[in-house]
Amino acid sequence: MSGQGDNAGSQKGRSRRRFLSDSARSLTGLGLLGLGLGLYGTRARSHAPEALRPPGALAEEEFLGACLRCGLCVRDCPYDTLKLATLTDPVANGTPYFTAREVPCEMCDDIPCVAACPSGALAPTLTDIDEARMGLAVLIDRETCLNVLGLRCDVCYRVCPLIDEAITLEMEHDSRTGHHARFIPTVHSDACTGCGKCEQACVLEEAAIKVVPLHLAKGQIGGHYRLGWKEKEANDGESLIPDVLKLPERRPEGGQ
Amino acid sequence: MIAMAGRDAIEAKGWLRSHRWLLLRRLTQVAVLGLFLLGPVGGFWILKGNLSASELLQTVPLADPFVTLQSLAAGHPLEASALIGMALVSAFYALVGGRVFCSWVCPVNPVTDLAAWAGRRWSIRPRHTLSRRLRFAVLGLALLLPLLTGMVIWELVNPVSQLHRGLLFGIGAGWLLVIAVFVFDLFYVPRGWCGHLCPMGALYGLIGRASLLRVKATRRRACYDCGDCFAVCPEPHVIKPALKGERRGQGPVILSGDCTNCGRCIDICSVDVFEFGSRFANQMEKQS
Repeated sequence: MSGQGDNAGSQKGRSRRRFLSDSARSLTGLGLLGLGLGLYGTRARSHAPEALRPPGALAEEEFLGACLRCGLCVRDCPYDTLKLATLTDPVANGTPYFTAREVPCEMCDDIPCVAACPSGALAPTLTDIDEARMGLAVLIDRETCLNVLGLRCDVCYRVCPLIDEAITLEMEHDSRTGHHARFIPTVHSDACTGCGKCEQACVLEEAAIKVVPLHLAKGQIGGHYRLGWKEKEANDGESLIPDVLKLPERRPEGGQ
Repeated sequence: MIAMAGRDAIEAKGWLRSHRWLLLRRLTQVAVLGLFLLGPVGGFWILKGNLSASELLQTVPLADPFVTLQSLAAGHPLEASALIGMALVSAFYALVGGRVFCSWVCPVNPVTDLAAWAGRRWSIRPRHTLSRRLRFAVLGLALLLPLLTGMVIWELVNPVSQLHRGLLFGIGAGWLLVIAVFVFDLFYVPRGWCGHLCPMGALYGLIGRASLLRVKATRRRACYDCGDCFAVCPEPHVIKPALKGERRGQGPVILSGDCTNCGRCIDICSVDVFEFGSRFANQMEKQS
């Protein structure tokens, strides 16, 4: 090691140097370890979208601070839907997740996974499974969905535990044949729990309807937008501004 | 087996009596794992979950103080059941010795014990050294990271919880972490993981600093300096004051929180210097 062959220094000085260099080495090692772990850890925040969290799971960032990785939710899941992630799974190591296409959530009325969670990573405030938001089903490929092609598959609609609320069939004119109807599976985010029954049941080789994390599935209207027809409803049928506006006349530049 | 620690003890006491506590420990380690496995395999739910948090007989919550502290540091207010579980587990280990977890329960212990045994058997003596206090710095780091990021980060790579969870729920590539610990212990720093780095052991050591149950060198005058206890002890620095401190008025109780109460020194001593006892034996001896 360093400092060898230095006979001039006293015993004390040498041991002090040794102590300092050892400390520096340890601190450097710890710093690198911390940096590496920090970077690795923050990367775990964004996981593969097909890995869904159990019902009641806190938002991902909070969930990763709350989950103890004990697997009690996995043990109490009667349908073996939930799994604990291993080191190479696309979710933070040790945390519970499920893949809708393989085994969807069966939406138990008593929500045993939430009841089992000792830490509150699965929020105990979730008492009605219909309020769960594990993700949002999206008819992600309209080019292969049989219903959109004009056939009557309807399977995603039929298996939906909240049929006619979370998925409805919206009839529209089939412009290809000119005289048939098409029944478009349409998901409503105010009812869909993201259980994944539709994705699992989709008859295609690769599902055309998929459950996607909410932040990927949903758009958000800017806060400054006012939808005229809604404002009118709230304002006793009156518009917020006069129906006929007197706008300044604008002519091409220079004109009068 | 020439020159390997334990020859004297086997000659004097027989193989079984010189491996008694070791066998009991292995039995306990297997039993803990077995009680967790009995549920998923046989449908008898005695312990459910894993060492990070569990449920005893479907009613009593138990939780590991280390992971719960990480979660609290991440800013998550835990539910009552995790907090009660943490308190129960902490109280238990505060009584019997914090690092009883390490030597009697932790699934990594057989791995590092195997590395230490292989090192002695084939005389693999790595030159690297680390401070045994480094584990407290790693503990600090493991609690600082959640404070900074709001996430439980150590558990992403913690070989202890990984191995136990893996054995119960499927381990996948988690073996890599366990192998890394084994290799580190065997070729880099002897007893490197459990005795120098593991922040979980460090925390349990702190919890059990004032524990009642202790190993004491009651018959230390019979010691004939064979050095076997130092050779097998995972934390050899804890033995010296108890065994050799009589002239300085130290001992005979091993008071260091680093001692894991594994009882290997009791086994390996051919003249039965050591025994389990209470920490108050020190005062009693001084009074008499």
